[in-house]
Amino acid sequence: MRYVDEFRDPELITKASEEIRRLADPARHYRIMEVCGGHTHAIYRFGLKDILPSNIELIHGPGCPVCVLPMGRIDDGLAIAEDPNIIFAAFGDMMRVPGAHGSPFEHKARGTDVRIVYSPADALELAKKYPEREIIFFAIGFETTAPSTALTLMSAKAQEIRNFSVFCNHVTIVPAIRAILDSPDMRLDGFIGPGHVSTVIGCRPYEWIARNEGKPVVTSGFEPLDLLQSIVMLLRQLHAGEARVENQYKRVVPWEGNRAALKIMAEVFELRPYFEWRGLGFISQSALRIRDKYARWDAEQRYAVPETRVADPKSAQCGEVLKGVLKPAQCKLFGRECTPEHPIGALMVSSEGSCAAYYNYEYRKSLVTRIASVA
Amino acid sequence: MVRFRDPQIEMAHGAGGKASRRLVEGLFAPLLFPGSTEPLSDAAHLKVDGTPVAFTTDSFVVKPLRFPGGSIGELAVNGTMNDLAVSGAKGCAMVVTFILEEGLPTPVLAAEVRAMSEALKRAGITMCGGDTKVVERGKADGMYITTAGIGTSLPGVKIDARSVRPGDKILLSGPIGDHGITILLARGDLDLEADLCSDTRSVLPLVEALVAQCGPGVRWMRDPTRGGVATSLNELARDCGLGIELLEEEIPVRDAVRGACELLGLDPLHIANEGQFLAVVSQDYADMALNALQQTDGGQEARIIGQVHEEPTNAVLVTTRYGGSRIVDMLVGDPLPRIC
Amino acid sequence: MCLAIPGKIVELVAGENCVGTVEVTGVRRKVQLGLLEDDMPKVGDWVLIHVGFAMSKISEQDAMEQMRLLRALGETEQAMEEVRGYGLENDDGHDAPRQWNVKPNA
Repeated sequence: MRYVDEFRDPELITKASEEIRRLADPARHYRIMEVCGGHTHAIYRFGLKDILPSNIELIHGPGCPVCVLPMGRIDDGLAIAEDPNIIFAAFGDMMRVPGAHGSPFEHKARGTDVRIVYSPADALELAKKYPEREIIFFAIGFETTAPSTALTLMSAKAQEIRNFSVFCNHVTIVPAIRAILDSPDMRLDGFIGPGHVSTVIGCRPYEWIARNEGKPVVTSGFEPLDLLQSIVMLLRQLHAGEARVENQYKRVVPWEGNRAALKIMAEVFELRPYFEWRGLGFISQSALRIRDKYARWDAEQRYAVPETRVADPKSAQCGEVLKGVLKPAQCKLFGRECTPEHPIGALMVSSEGSCAAYYNYEYRKSLVTRIASVA
Repeated sequence: MVRFRDPQIEMAHGAGGKASRRLVEGLFAPLLFPGSTEPLSDAAHLKVDGTPVAFTTDSFVVKPLRFPGGSIGELAVNGTMNDLAVSGAKGCAMVVTFILEEGLPTPVLAAEVRAMSEALKRAGITMCGGDTKVVERGKADGMYITTAGIGTSLPGVKIDARSVRPGDKILLSGPIGDHGITILLARGDLDLEADLCSDTRSVLPLVEALVAQCGPGVRWMRDPTRGGVATSLNELARDCGLGIELLEEEIPVRDAVRGACELLGLDPLHIANEGQFLAVVSQDYADMALNALQQTDGGQEARIIGQVHEEPTNAVLVTTRYGGSRIVDMLVGDPLPRIC
Repeated sequence: MCLAIPGKIVELVAGENCVGTVEVTGVRRKVQLGLLEDDMPKVGDWVLIHVGFAMSKISEQDAMEQMRLLRALGETEQAMEEVRGYGLENDDGHDAPRQWNVKPNA
């Protein structure tokens, strides 16, 4: 696969990890946060922790849109969708996320018409295919995904498709990073910055982290060589006493972002005054809602939304794990009451949530001593 | 003791993963096979009045009924043969039940029956009976097929997960993921196209070649259908209490399967196969076993993909050439496309 | 949020605004190009695809530059080691501990 395989070259990966070992000061313990859930997933999928020196600690950040979605929002979306005429369309990631009254799949088993879509455009196609039904697209994601939802809404309006609406849960990344840095328990040396969010918003939105907080940020790609190169770049800055934003993912991330995508987002969305983030509480100016000119396609305006608020069980420590204050295994429920099979918190349901990633990919590795290869 | 506490049945319970296992071990097994100490396997080995037979059953629920590379009728025949083959038995006879949906066009049914007839000839198994039921429009997705098959044990081989030892090698007969991705694409919900087709076939010729040459070294076999290689090997790891290491670069995956998996965020190790099998072979027979498969028609892409170790116990580990590793577990239900 | 894959534009769909077909190792999918309206891709261009939308064009030049940097990793160090072998290292001590950045109000 072009633009993928080159960045998974085993020899270059070994070379990069040697460079990291050479650069890392053995007297120092580095705490680097990767903000984005996709980076968390990649780190586990490629086993990168195995090839980093033990004094580089990767802390998982809150950039997982499923993980930060309050349960009540799922309940609200599903409550509207109980009407047999409605089709509830969402990404696969949402299907097993538990609301207070069950996950989308559990609702499906009870009769709600729940469908997986790969793209918001596919949800719009459902509306065209079933003109007698009402389609609600349950939108999630950071700024990576919001432009696609926006363009789909513009398309719905332009084609006058009346039986389609969006239940919008898009959130923005910078407030999440701010919440991390404001957390008194957090001590970080630098950030592996979001990769795909940055294709939309560019690298400028992270400059305050370097300037005001003195932490270097390197926006990174998702292949092993991208992540390792980003760590090299962070270490070089840390050793030189620098704190700047650097773009490792140049082949795809424009420094100024995608102007067209930002314009499209601004056309359709505006910032909510505040929004509740699971585990992080209410954050102002952190989420998107659909503008009045698209009200007809806004599920929150078309339907009566119960505005369910569901508190996480007190014993679940999702908030602290989300902020990187606790490691997944340190949550009292991890591996016992809370597993991928019966998740209590969203960090265990989403495949990029720290708890699920750790449980699925890492948990039982602790017994393994280096295994000799088959050859 | 696993207890089945789920309040209702969901799709996940049929996906072959953790939810399925919970249902079988927590509800079916305690009531239907109480006191059994054998690990669950693809076929049962019984003695009927002293004659050893292998006995299996399978059901086929697939949408769409026809897909590139095959159809439900062929899956039914090949799937039954394969369950028997990987248990070390040669299928000799099977029976079939059709559950047909009211309104199913006759040409559709006829096409399936023709496909089954041809598959029976190719596989070398006799159909010796059947049953039919019709259910109301809206049920059965067109048709469901259930089969039962019996066979005789292949000489010189005994399949038992408990005989697996550290140092044993894991063999895979060919590329994975073809069937599951073909079905996913054929459903049309994801609007993806690829030149892919189901790998449905009888693996008996490959199994026979393997057993004929390496019988004493073959410890365990399984056909990785729903749940994929990851599920089958996790079941093995649990049944033998050992650890399994797979070398990522040795696992054969076609480009198109890989592309679809990368696009959808799926792991080929979790995708269903209908024409492949896994075998655990002792170290001294491993090279001969690989050769036996590769020299047999249809086995050219066979590979040694891994090895059994003491640890991590009850788990499957995938390692990369640069020293990274990750645990691969069974999924709860079907693999779901993701965007995150 | 994050799963995005590089794919090649193999077709621009006539008639529909800003829609193309993208291919990833033989798998084809319709892709919405509207987010790239400022710089529409042509057939043969590589784009990054996320939820069926092209997010960005992939710069072959930047990719090659990155590979060059990766291949060069450690080469400076190797050169330094050879130089050290001749006893020619700098007086400021390449091996001396570096100064760390201290946050101004820490």
